[in-house]
Amino acid sequence: MTMTIDPQATELMKNAGITPRSELVAAIEADVNKIYYGDFLAVRDSHIAIEKGKITGFIGPSGCGKSTVLRSLNRMNDLIPIFRLEGSVTFLGQDIYAPNIDPVLVRRNIGMVFQQPNPFSMSIFENVAFGLRLNRYKGNVADKVEQSLRRAGLWEEVKDKLKQNGLSLSGGQQQRLCIARAIATDPTVLLMDEPCSALDPIATRVVEELMLELKEDYTVAIVTHNMQQAQRVADTTAFFSVDISKGGRTGFLVETGPTKELFSNPKQELTRNYLAGEFS
Amino acid sequence: MTMINFDTGDGTVTHGIRASERISDRLFRAACYTAAAGVILLLVYIAFQIGVKALPAMQDYGFSFFTTQTWNAQKQEFGILAEIWGTLYSSLLALVIAGVFGVSVAIFLTQDYLPRWLAQIFRTIVELLAAIPSVVLGLWGIYVLIPVLRPIADFLHDTFGFLGIFSTALPGPGLAPAVIVLAIMVLPTVAAISQDAFQLIPGKVKEAAYGMGTTRREAIFKVFLPTASSGIFASLVLGFGRALGETMALAMLIGNSNQISWSLFAPANTLAALLASSWPEAGPIEQQALLYAAVALLGITLLVNVAGVLIMAFSNKQQVS
Amino acid sequence: MSDATAIRSGVPDLTRKPGERRALTDKAFTTFLWVMAVIASVPLFSVLYMLIAKGGGKISLSLFTELPPAGFALDGSGGIGNAIIGTLVMVGIASLISIPVGVLGGLVLGLIAPDSILAKTTRFIAKMLTGFPSILAGVFVYAALVIVMKTYSAVAGGIGLSVLMLPTIILTAEQAVRMVPQRMKDAAIGMGCTPTQTIWKVVLPTAIPGILTGIMLAVAGAAGESAPLLFTALFSYYWMSSLFEPTASLSILIFNFSSMPFEAQIELAWTASLILVLIVLIFNILSRIVGRKRV
Repeated sequence: MTMTIDPQATELMKNAGITPRSELVAAIEADVNKIYYGDFLAVRDSHIAIEKGKITGFIGPSGCGKSTVLRSLNRMNDLIPIFRLEGSVTFLGQDIYAPNIDPVLVRRNIGMVFQQPNPFSMSIFENVAFGLRLNRYKGNVADKVEQSLRRAGLWEEVKDKLKQNGLSLSGGQQQRLCIARAIATDPTVLLMDEPCSALDPIATRVVEELMLELKEDYTVAIVTHNMQQAQRVADTTAFFSVDISKGGRTGFLVETGPTKELFSNPKQELTRNYLAGEFS
Repeated sequence: MTMINFDTGDGTVTHGIRASERISDRLFRAACYTAAAGVILLLVYIAFQIGVKALPAMQDYGFSFFTTQTWNAQKQEFGILAEIWGTLYSSLLALVIAGVFGVSVAIFLTQDYLPRWLAQIFRTIVELLAAIPSVVLGLWGIYVLIPVLRPIADFLHDTFGFLGIFSTALPGPGLAPAVIVLAIMVLPTVAAISQDAFQLIPGKVKEAAYGMGTTRREAIFKVFLPTASSGIFASLVLGFGRALGETMALAMLIGNSNQISWSLFAPANTLAALLASSWPEAGPIEQQALLYAAVALLGITLLVNVAGVLIMAFSNKQQVS
Repeated sequence: MSDATAIRSGVPDLTRKPGERRALTDKAFTTFLWVMAVIASVPLFSVLYMLIAKGGGKISLSLFTELPPAGFALDGSGGIGNAIIGTLVMVGIASLISIPVGVLGGLVLGLIAPDSILAKTTRFIAKMLTGFPSILAGVFVYAALVIVMKTYSAVAGGIGLSVLMLPTIILTAEQAVRMVPQRMKDAAIGMGCTPTQTIWKVVLPTAIPGILTGIMLAVAGAAGESAPLLFTALFSYYWMSSLFEPTASLSILIFNFSSMPFEAQIELAWTASLILVLIVLIFNILSRIVGRKRV
């Protein structure tokens, strides 16, 4: 499964007019064998490809490790000192857990939107410009901010109050601000960790529509506890479950597949039972 | 104390509240309220007592007390301009030093620079610093700090003597050693309150910053410092209040000289140090003047402390929301 | 395809670049923090080292049993017995006053009427008093008591120290009382306890570690105080014979002897400092130990 592609080889293939497989399909290939927090085995055996230009949804019961896996895709878990990953996560041919990789650069290329809207306590404008300034963006910052806000569907609502504090917005607006902030730097992949769980149904609908639009430019992976949401937005769905057999609570990937197929005709019994329970 | 449902001995349980219970309840609550009110009365009484006893001096010297700088018991001429200057100048300098160190230490201890056990050791070191009595630091200042500072001060004075702050040599006691010891005493306050401010930053803000791909320094400078800024400001104001009132170490180190100078090495004086060093030998008239100086000190510190407490309450509210 | 996708068409370089400005500034800042933290630790170790080096040699039995040498006793004899007793007695008096008042007041702030105007005012004033210049407590007791009694005394000293202990005790007691879980209070009230019984049987026993932490801290602080004693207890070269006469204390002894021209007295100041710091640290460490047991 592991596709560690030598960048040089990729270059050669490109020059020869061949598109390497990794470029064609997967932006990220996660081969997670084990994830530990200290001695606690949180996730095992989860091999997932995040395909380019598509939305991949992670679903499963709580504690199944779907968020943990998502957060290991841009090394957010490094913030937890006792976190340890066995396996590899390959982003466009580079193993992002290799020792010579800078996790800060990984996070600049793989953006993230979190469960709780978390704008910085600064103006709406500065929130979106944050990543641009961080990357010493050479172009016109104001244009880029507007473009990002437009794409996040927030421009019309905030264009007259760009100097107001980002925290003064409503929850749904804040979350779209965070999305604008994340996409302003043109990340290759956007990870979304239950982005609608703190939002009301109307705001949720807006953000979902936004995701479908974003798909045209970005590769998206989204964790959701909401089955309907996965069905509405995800092209591919990965179902995780929890293994409590050995006294622990270890999450693992049960199966992945095109969303329609997974929901209508799951291959694994675990998936079938879970979906049956959810939709009964 | 008796329980409410108690065995009367004949096997039945009574359910009423006995009169003794009711009375003890009332008495106890009254005692509690009295105690709480006592704190308020105490402050009022303190202000009243000091004020009343200083009243004769206030009438004698009036406002010129604040604008003249002679302190001469024989001639009964008293003015505290030099002491006010010394108090503010030394406290501000100490605050600058303690602020830089305190905020640095707070960042160092809260932003995962160290394994938890090592951070705890540093934290304990800084906290224990606050436990060292002022007189002991004064003694250390006389016999350790001043000898260490002297060659440095001599060098600075010889080389940069044209600058106002180095314009005099360090004769022994002086502003510089006093300021350094004062900074040592204020540092724990600044470090502790700043640490609280950093710890109050919600985890989601941290995630947002690092999720954008900031290095740790960038996250601290661009996000955490602004977020914690009002808490840090409160720590500085409270630290300033503490510095204004520090007495013994300053009385031992500052040189007790009634002059106004920018020089870091010149001897100076502060209100608190004036009180401590002049009191034991003061006659009744000088004591009245000293009480007047105490009123001035009370006024300045109350002002600063009220500001500090209010800012802190405001900043906590703001950060939590 | 938007320009965004165009920018992203290449494979980004994610490898560490230790020589780049961002990596260097990050490193430089880390180094800066280390340097600051180490420098900030120097004074404590320097003070402790000096106390042991300069004051440790003089520790003997006579230190505790003898009086300080008066002016010209140059033979290096003498102790600090009366100062140790004086400090302990005055801190004791201060505790007797401030502990009951502080704990009872803390109950009002944390439990009985936390949102009343009384509690709010008291809390505000207590917070302010924690930053109160200690010398003003001395000036106050002088004005209120020493003038009336016409003498400096241990009682005045103790009262002066109690003014400084009170805010710490009342605020930590409030915190400790607040930490008692509501369900415990509910259980007691549900059993039909009067408010006072709830406090005595449930709240205080649960909150006692927190309250003790505050008391220990306050005691440690008071033991090290000197400025207020200068105005209230002054100093004495003799053993204490009553609570109503000028009384020696370790801190004033250090202050007085630090500037004396005689080596023997300066040595004694160092030794007294060592003893004083030991007393302060013992209470400080006790407060940490008790505090760790908190729920």
